Formats: sequence, structure tokens, C-alpha cells
Amino acid sequence: MSQLGIVYALMGAAVAVFLAGAGSALGVGIAGQAASGVVSEDPSKFAKVLILQLLPGTQGLYGLIIGFVTLSKIGLLGGGVVDVSVQTGLLILAACLPIGIVGLISGTSQGKTAASAIGIIAKKPDQFGKAMLFPAMVETYAILALLISFLAVSAIQV
Amino acid sequence: MAVLQMQRMSICALKKDRKAILERLQSMGVMEINHILEEDEDFQCMDTANARSSFEKAAAAADQALELLQQYAPVKQSMLSSLAGKDLVDREKYDSILQAKDQLMKVAGKIRALDKERAEKKAHILKIENSIESLTPWLPLDVPLSFEGTKYVVMLPGTLSGLYTLDSIYSRMAEQAPDLDVDIHIISAEQDATYFTVFCLRETAKQVEDALRSIGFARPSQVIDRVPADVKSDMEKEISEVQSQIGQIEKEISGLAVHREGLEFLADYYRVRGDKYEVLGQLPQSKSTFLVSGYIPERESAKVQKALTDKYQCVVDVEGLKEEEEAPVLLKNNRFSSGAEGILEAFGLPAKGEVDPTVFMSFFYVFLFGMMLSDAAYGAIVSGVCAALLVKFPRMEQSMRKSMQLFFWCGLSTLFWGVMFSGYFGDAVNVISKTFFGHEVGIPALWFVPLNDPMKLLMYSMLFGVIHLFVGLGLKGYMSLRDKKYLDFFCDVVLWYMLLAGLLIMLLPSEMFTSIAGIAIVFPAAVTALGKWLAILGAVGILLMSGRGTKNIAVRLALGAYDLYNISGWLSDVLSYSRLLALGLATGVIASVVNQMGSMGGKSVFGVIVFIFAFVVGHTFNLAINLLGSYVHTNRLQFVEFFGKFYEGGGRAFHPFKENTKYADIKEETK
Repeated sequence: MSQLGIVYALMGAAVAVFLAGAGSALGVGIAGQAASGVVSEDPSKFAKVLILQLLPGTQGLYGLIIGFVTLSKIGLLGGGVVDVSVQTGLLILAACLPIGIVGLISGTSQGKTAASAIGIIAKKPDQFGKAMLFPAMVETYAILALLISFLAVSAIQV
Repeated sequence: MAVLQMQRMSICALKKDRKAILERLQSMGVMEINHILEEDEDFQCMDTANARSSFEKAAAAADQALELLQQYAPVKQSMLSSLAGKDLVDREKYDSILQAKDQLMKVAGKIRALDKERAEKKAHILKIENSIESLTPWLPLDVPLSFEGTKYVVMLPGTLSGLYTLDSIYSRMAEQAPDLDVDIHIISAEQDATYFTVFCLRETAKQVEDALRSIGFARPSQVIDRVPADVKSDMEKEISEVQSQIGQIEKEISGLAVHREGLEFLADYYRVRGDKYEVLGQLPQSKSTFLVSGYIPERESAKVQKALTDKYQCVVDVEGLKEEEEAPVLLKNNRFSSGAEGILEAFGLPAKGEVDPTVFMSFFYVFLFGMMLSDAAYGAIVSGVCAALLVKFPRMEQSMRKSMQLFFWCGLSTLFWGVMFSGYFGDAVNVISKTFFGHEVGIPALWFVPLNDPMKLLMYSMLFGVIHLFVGLGLKGYMSLRDKKYLDFFCDVVLWYMLLAGLLIMLLPSEMFTSIAGIAIVFPAAVTALGKWLAILGAVGILLMSGRGTKNIAVRLALGAYDLYNISGWLSDVLSYSRLLALGLATGVIASVVNQMGSMGGKSVFGVIVFIFAFVVGHTFNLAINLLGSYVHTNRLQFVEFFGKFYEGGGRAFHPFKENTKYADIKEETK
């Protein structure tokens, strides 16, 4: 039964990467639609709207970070797989949940906010600094989740 | 570090000097025209709308001609040329070129006319091509379509809609007129039309045509009295002729490219004159005098006053601004801090009565940015690129230049934090030495490695956050003191300092903090007691004093309690600085992922190639995404957490009346 531990741990890494990545994919997609609309009217705003479109992309990276730290923790990257008990495996899975779930939700809503911010750029291109701030507000919560996931994963002893 | 003090300058001069004075003011470019005088019977404004619009039209014409030149005789522009900024030209050269401004205007007109002609010629070619197309089905016919026939025989050319074979046409003819003799030749057949000729005896021609019409026969729409193939070759010749004419026009336009610089000056000249006439239209003028009034920075006013009174007969009056007047804002900072002015502008310039926080912000900006990116190699790259661009394009546009300077310093700070935390392309040194040289070598961190001790960095992040926020609160105190609002200073600033400092002193020795930070801090009993009393006094003070504006005791206490609730706001503000840790980790870990991926090729030639490829692509991506992240989140920490403590913004930027050129700046002769 002790083999199940590593399965749980890997599931944790997978959850972090796939939920947070899905959130970013959704968010970047939503923002991208708005960005394409603006560029079709005024191609010179491309650089600005591209930056705004990228903002919801970070959740996926945060998921990747937790996934990577988890993988190196259980030794799947270096080759020497550590013996993970079921309890530790479940602990790692639980530690990965915050960034996964918050990444999914915040990525999507950040995408919506970024799409509206792209609307600001369409009408008032000089207000870029402010437009950028609104999506960044949403991101705070993904950062907090990343922090907790990271601290938890690195605190678990294997 | 300051918002420049503005004054109002009013100039009254004779009308004969009007042009010269306005031009002088425009070339000095330090005064924002703003009239407070109403029109009356003596002083009236001139209507310059017509002149202005004609200048603007001329500028637009020159711009358009330049665009066309770029189209026909493109000047190669590198990707970075947008950073190059405007050229600097001597006044002499500018004037000498502009002496021929009528000719230049003609050149601009000629370029536009040639372009129009070319477009017309292109349209002509299209028309010919269309005729050729309609002629194509008749090409195999070797007599003209209008061929009358011989003495006894008549030719009837025409079409039937739909695809027919010879047999099917004969059989349909036979159905309609079985007793007529005809000879049918199909010239060509397409999916939707069949082109053919019918030969018949002259006396039956009428009947044959009637019979043909009843099955849908139609004569060709265009009757050409020459052999189709000849006509086509003539048309083709005409096309090639027109094409060579187009080529000549294009050559002629490219030949005019020598006037490019002249046209640029011309466009600028008319733009500047347009601006001048806009101002002219605002000036109150009497029969022989005129008035100019506007804002001017204090440090410039003496210079302008001297320049004008020395040369012209005029009265220049400089006065301080009235209490209720809201002056435009111009910032003045040292070389290091001025880089951050763009960031401040993005939030909002200081409103009336606010301090310019740029200096404080710039230090924290550079410090926090470096902590978020925290990789020595990335920092070196950012600094290097910014420095190279600054050196290469000395005439870069002002705001761009400032940002470049800011990021140059941010890059240095990143380098510093990278050395502190041992980030050199993440763990590239370790990975390369391990993969390709067999034994692992690493550069030890000067301070510590955050990945190994995240809690420690988290604590420091919050510590920096507290310092940042306290500075913000301090600036608020400074503003209250400056405005002599001592009660506000005590209630809104000192009491909060007391409460927060007291809470911190109480928190630090607590068990919770010890378990998180892993270090036990023990204060002497006196300090602990001091902390307790500070917190209590601060809290009570805030409770009692925050609602000091209202007389009603209950409302006052309620407002105080509400203000006290802001303590949760302080908590979330401090926690917000945890992003310093998170973003720093993000850079490091993603860099490690890149290195790990690169090293998967193993120790071989192929492995090295894989590594270099992954290294370049991966680190470029990581640098780009983390630069963006650091920029966004440093801005956020400044705008939300720091400014939230003391700064609102909302000032209006200073827009001086100046030579607003697009292509070149004119160097002023120094006098």
C-alpha cells in the first residue's frame, strides 16, 4: 500500500499544474479576444494590449513552480524516487490545492478584468498605468496561494 | 524633489512686436498660456481659425507627402529607430532650407499629384484587363466580330447561355426552323456560355436570327471591328506602356526623396505656426497693444523677463498665484529619481498642496524591483541593454529616456539581489558544472538562498513592507506639519505610529512569531511594557480623536472605532509585501526548470546544443515574463500600499507653449 503515497504526491503536482494552467489558459483567452478586437481597430496599440493579455498568464507559471518543487521533492526529477508514505503523499496533495484552485479561479477572473482593462486602452491609451493595475489586484490572491502552497510543500518532510 | 513653484507672468507689449515676442516665447518653451482676462470693448481676441486651419492643412499635406516618399523610396528603419528621438538641427540650416518653403510646398503637392496619377493609371490597367477578359472567348475567331459576310452569306456571331455542343445547337435549331440551312461553328464554350458563329444565306438571315433568338441567342455586347487576337495584342501593348509610365512616375517620386529633409522641416514649420496662431487667437488685443498671460516656473521667469524687456518695448509682470488657482504641475528631481517621474505620472501628478513623492518612491521602486526579479544575470542584462540604448540614442525622447534610466538602476538592484540570493540564470552554474564537467560547483549566496529558507525571506519582505509603509505615513505627517495642521499630525500620524509600533513590540516576542520566524526575540520587560502602553494609548487616542470633526459624542466614537478598524487594512498591506518573496521564487524556480530541461540532453555534443537552445529560449521567456511581473507588482506596491497612506494625485501636467515638432528639434543659438 505504501506505493500509493507517491501517487498522491504526483497527483498534487498534477493538480497544481493543471488547475492553475487551465485558469491561465481561460484568462489569457478571454483577454486575447478583447485584445484582438482593439488591434483590429488600431494596430498601433498592439504592444500595450499584449502586455495586458499576458497578465493572467502568471497563474499557470505559479502552478508550474509548485509542480516543479513537488516533483523535485519526491525525487521524480533526479531519478532517485523517495519513499513517500500515504500520509505524506496526501499532505503534499493538500499543499498543492491552494495554488491549483485559486489559480483556476483567479486566472479566469483576472482574464475578465484584463479584458476590461484592454477596453481602457482602446479609449484612453495614455491611462496604461492605471489599466494595468486592475488585473494586478486580482493576481494578489494567486500570489498568496502560491506562497502558502510553496511554504507547505517545502515544510513537508519526506 | 519638488513640484516647481509656478508664477503668473503677464506681458503687455506693442502689436508691432507681436510676432517676434510670440516666436521668442514659443522657442523658449517655458510658459503655459492661460488667459484670465475676459474680452471687453478695448481688448478683443482675433479670429485666427482660418489661418490656423490652413497651416494645419499644409502640415498635413507635407506629412502625407513624407508618407508617400516612405512608400516609394523607403528609408530603412531598424526596430530600435523609434527610440532614436528627433534630430537636432542648427537654426541656420533650418532657416536656409525653409527659405524655399514655397518650392517645398510645390514638391509636396507634386508628390501627391504623382501618386494620384499613378493610382489612375493603375485603374486604367484594370479596365483594359477587364476588356481583354471579355474578349478572350472570341480569340479563336479570325475575322472581326462585325464581319458583314460575303455577297450571299451572312455571319451571325453570338452566345447562348449554358454549355452546348455543336449537335445540341443544331438539333435545337432544327426544332425551331427545320427548313433553314445553317452552318454553325463553336468558337469557344464555357460552363455558363457558349460562343459561336452561324453562317447562313443572306436572304434567310432574318429568319435564322429570329429562330436563334427563340432559343436564347444573344449578339455579343461589344462589337469590335477588328480581328479579336489583334485587338488583344494591342491592348497588351497598351498595358505594358502604361506600366512603364507607372514605373516612370515611381522613379520620379523616388527622385523627389532628396527633399525629404526639407519636407520634414516644412511639416514642422507649419505645425509650429499652427500652434502659434492658436495662441494668437487667445490673446486679448487692443488697437495697438496685446496681452499674453500664463503660468511659468519660478526659476525661468527672470530669464524670460530679461529676454523680453531687453529687446522689446513691453511690460512684464510676474506675480504669485492666487489662493484658489490650481497651477499646472512640473516636477524637478535629481538625476536618479527623475527616472521614476513617469511612474508617478501614470498614477497622477501631485495635486495642489501635495508633496512630490518621487524621491522616496524611486528608492523603494529600485529596491523592491530588484528583490522581485533577483537574478544577477538578468539584472546585468537589463542594465546593459538600457545603458547601451541610452548611449546609442543620446537624443531619445524625454519620457522614454527617463524610463530607460529607471530600469538601468532597477537592473543594478536586481544584480545586487541576485548576488545576495545566489541567482545567476537561476542555478545555471550548478547545472552546467554538474552536467558537463562532472562535479557540481556553485556560487554561494552572499546572504542566503530563499528557496532553502523561504520563511526568513518572508519575514524580511514584511519588514521592508513595514518600512515602506511607515515612510508613507511619515510623508503624510510631513504634509500636515508643513501646512501647520498640528492636531491632524498628532491624531492621524503620531497616534497611528504609536499604535503600530506598540503592536509590533507586542507581537515580536510572542510565541506565534517565534514559531514562524524560528528566532526568539526577547525584549526587556520595560520595552514590552512600553509597547503595551503605546498600543493602548494609540488605540484610545484614535478612538477618541478620529471623528473630531463631529460634535455628537456617539457618532464621534463610532467614527473612531471605524478608523481603528483600519488596523486590518495595515495588516493586509503588510501581507501584500509577501509578493516580494513569491515573485523572487518564481524567477528562480522557472530558471531552474529551464536549466533542468536543458540538461536533459546529457553530456554530449547533442546535449550541449540542446542545452544552449533551451537556455537561450527559456531564459529569454523567463526574463520577459518576470520583468513584466516585477514591473506590474512594484507599481502596485507603490500605487496601492505606499500612496494609499498619503497620496492622492490629480494634478494637471504643465503644457508649455513651445515648438511642438515631429521630425527635428531646432538648436537655439546661445546668446
